[in-house]
Amino acid sequence: MFEKLLRIDRRIIFLFVLIALIVPLFLNISQHIAISPEVRDIYDSLRKLQPGSRVLLAFDYDPPSAPELQPMAVAVMKYCFKHNLKVIIMGLWPQGPLQANLAIESIKRDKEFKDNPPIYDKDYVNLGYMTGNELVIQGMGTDIQRTFPRDYLGNPTSSLSVMKGITNFSNIDFIFNLSAGYPGTVEWVLFAVDRFHAKLSAGNTAVQAPQVYPYVHSGQLSGLAGGLKGAAELEKLLGFYGKGTKFMLSQSFAHIVVIFFIIVGNVAYFATRGKKKK
Amino acid sequence: MRREIPLIITGVVGFTYIIQFFIPHWPFNIMEHMLTDWMLIIFAFAIWLGVLNLMKVSLDRISKRTKDWPYALVTILGFLFIVIAGFFFSGGRRFLDPGTPFDYIYQFIYTPLSATMFAMLAFYVASASYRAFRARTKEATLLLLAAFFVMLGRVPVGDAMTSFLPESVRLSKFADWIMNYPQTAGQRAIMIGIALGIVSTSLRLILGIERSHLGSD
Amino acid sequence: MNVSAFCAVPEDPSYGAPAPPTDLVVRDVPNDAGGAIILHWDPSVDDVEGNDKFIGYEILRSTSPDSGFKVIGTATAGSTELTDNQTVDGKKYYYIVRSLMGSSIAEAWPVGPVSSSQQWFNLGRINSFIALLILSTAILWYIHRARRGDTLFIRKIAGLEAVDEAVGRATEMGKAIYYIPGTQDMDNVQTIAGVTILGRVAKLTAQYETPLDVPVSRSLVMITAREIVKEAYLNAGRPDAYNDSMVHYLTDDQFGYAAAIDGMVVREKPATIFYMGAFYAESLILAETGNSVGAIQIAGTAMPAQLPFFIAACDYTLIGEELFAASAYLSKEPKLLGSLKGQDFGKLCILGIIIIGSIIQTFGIFDFTSIFTVQ
Repeated sequence: MFEKLLRIDRRIIFLFVLIALIVPLFLNISQHIAISPEVRDIYDSLRKLQPGSRVLLAFDYDPPSAPELQPMAVAVMKYCFKHNLKVIIMGLWPQGPLQANLAIESIKRDKEFKDNPPIYDKDYVNLGYMTGNELVIQGMGTDIQRTFPRDYLGNPTSSLSVMKGITNFSNIDFIFNLSAGYPGTVEWVLFAVDRFHAKLSAGNTAVQAPQVYPYVHSGQLSGLAGGLKGAAELEKLLGFYGKGTKFMLSQSFAHIVVIFFIIVGNVAYFATRGKKKK
Repeated sequence: MRREIPLIITGVVGFTYIIQFFIPHWPFNIMEHMLTDWMLIIFAFAIWLGVLNLMKVSLDRISKRTKDWPYALVTILGFLFIVIAGFFFSGGRRFLDPGTPFDYIYQFIYTPLSATMFAMLAFYVASASYRAFRARTKEATLLLLAAFFVMLGRVPVGDAMTSFLPESVRLSKFADWIMNYPQTAGQRAIMIGIALGIVSTSLRLILGIERSHLGSD
Repeated sequence: MNVSAFCAVPEDPSYGAPAPPTDLVVRDVPNDAGGAIILHWDPSVDDVEGNDKFIGYEILRSTSPDSGFKVIGTATAGSTELTDNQTVDGKKYYYIVRSLMGSSIAEAWPVGPVSSSQQWFNLGRINSFIALLILSTAILWYIHRARRGDTLFIRKIAGLEAVDEAVGRATEMGKAIYYIPGTQDMDNVQTIAGVTILGRVAKLTAQYETPLDVPVSRSLVMITAREIVKEAYLNAGRPDAYNDSMVHYLTDDQFGYAAAIDGMVVREKPATIFYMGAFYAESLILAETGNSVGAIQIAGTAMPAQLPFFIAACDYTLIGEELFAASAYLSKEPKLLGSLKGQDFGKLCILGIIIIGSIIQTFGIFDFTSIFTVQ
């Protein structure tokens, strides 16, 4: 029997993971979400911003990473709109600004914002996507309006009221980067922070986050939210419960299933190893 | 000359990039922008090469009825479907605007398909972990324990299991500790090695010592 | 350049007049290409947390100290710095910073004159320059020694030793070899390292007449990889066995690319798969699929986050710098091996700095980390 457990068909594992992911969607169990110091740093940075401060949201991800990063985007945007922070959206990934639009659409449908929906060029602007990866960040360090001469809708950036008085990162009070790979947080740290001394926090996919941790310790990155857990923590701190919190239960169950199979694999390994020794 | 010209271009451009990092004065300050613009133009045009190659390879497979040729047909039809929707059926709006057929395809076909591929990672992580995390040696056992604590600590259930302990020593804190210290230390060591590797490789390329990427030993 | 309050203009009496900012200092931005002046001020006493009426600051500029001031920028409450990027080098400017509270304003005396200029060397990067010089000299010195005929030891890299075996196995089975050069473009050094190893693999497949398939996700990688494979087949004396469709483009889209390769792997069940280059989240999706069809897999990447996935799912993995060492290792060319030795010298220097830095920083002798700040 242990021999069989040593080589379980991967499809059986997949089935268990699928069940663990789907079943919790129909359950209503509240979970305590512990806040990590890295996510608290993001919250502290946001809380220090005065009304009217300019927040740059860099959407460097595409739909595949949306389940992890979209809840972070929505929570941070809601916080900004609620506290009258001016949001500037941009993306180094072509699909990034489209994800930002989806986030704004969802906020407009939200009960809390129904009476006071975010208005374009009053509360936010979308500068759209720009090719050039990290060189775009470098260009923005010198002149944002020259790097993005027009916004997503084709309006000259200089005509936007949110962009009034903004030349480079020294006029941006806080940058929040949502990243799923390259170009992403590492490039923002190397160019916006190291070269132009911008204040930066980031939300990363769980796969990507370990690579970014060294920059949190060195102080180059003030705060990091990693994966769905980071999204749930952000939602809790910012006071907007959304999909991050909702899907944590699925993630909990999935982790338990993975751990269960690791234990099964090890039990089988030791049981069969004992036999071989005999 | 087929080898020399690329080597000269690599050398000149590489040195220009290095010089402009240290000398902000004109004309070096504009060189980076100029070279970057050239690079972007080359990248933009290169996309066509890729698209044409994809179409050629797919059409070849259909015409020769090679094995699995229907997949090639799906590729061509998918390509034409989205290009035609974007170019001809946007109703006078920009093709990216909400409500256009392109936007519909993006939201309801492309997004779920891409998300599905990424989501498969969850299943593959499970099967790879089951296979890889075996306590065969002392090092492997350490790795296994770290994975065990991080996986539990990163979800609320970890804290629920250790709720009898003071908050500062619960599983989530232990997972944070593993991520923040041993994990970060390892990452840094690998990053330093990689950075040196990049410097050394770049220097070899700029000086023309490394030529194998040009098709020679 | 200390300044005091110049005037306060309360237009809305309910708010009262705000205090102006103080101690405005204006200077040319150092170490730049000119065209910029930096302003720094101490915040107004009314600029405090909780004072919602305090809006922020307006920055005005003129070429005369007495007249002609125009608003050139704004800064939110709490700000103490602004860079004016619209200056003409050599031209003298005067600046005023004023506080805004409700509709009331208060401004300080103009400060100036100041002019911007461009510099010939960025002194803020002198540390990088020294590091570059040391590392480059070390690499070039060891290359020189290697050329002179000194024997250089290079440790065994299992992943590269296994290349021949992996190609041989595919040949025995009569199945194809897949070579995936990552998902990044030719401007990424990892991609260059990846296609370099492709040359060696292609030479072996040409010799053994093993089918080779190189699906790529970037057009420029396709062109480069084609040249390399063509040359390898030519060098192996088998130009007839080469055809352009060996290297083909799939898509730039990360998961579209992963889906396409997964499909190919499941349908054609290659005997051997190489993953050499820069990978992101698609790494495990590719490697697990390859593992499921029983392919022998050799991976190499310098993406730290993807290494655990490759290690879990592949038979051999080149970790970080091993990928960059592959070209030297496989060719055994002295000048390439010399550069590896130089790289090791760099690592030794960094190790020394880390140890010394830890001691200095722990005992608080001085701020050692400040030496490494790059502007």
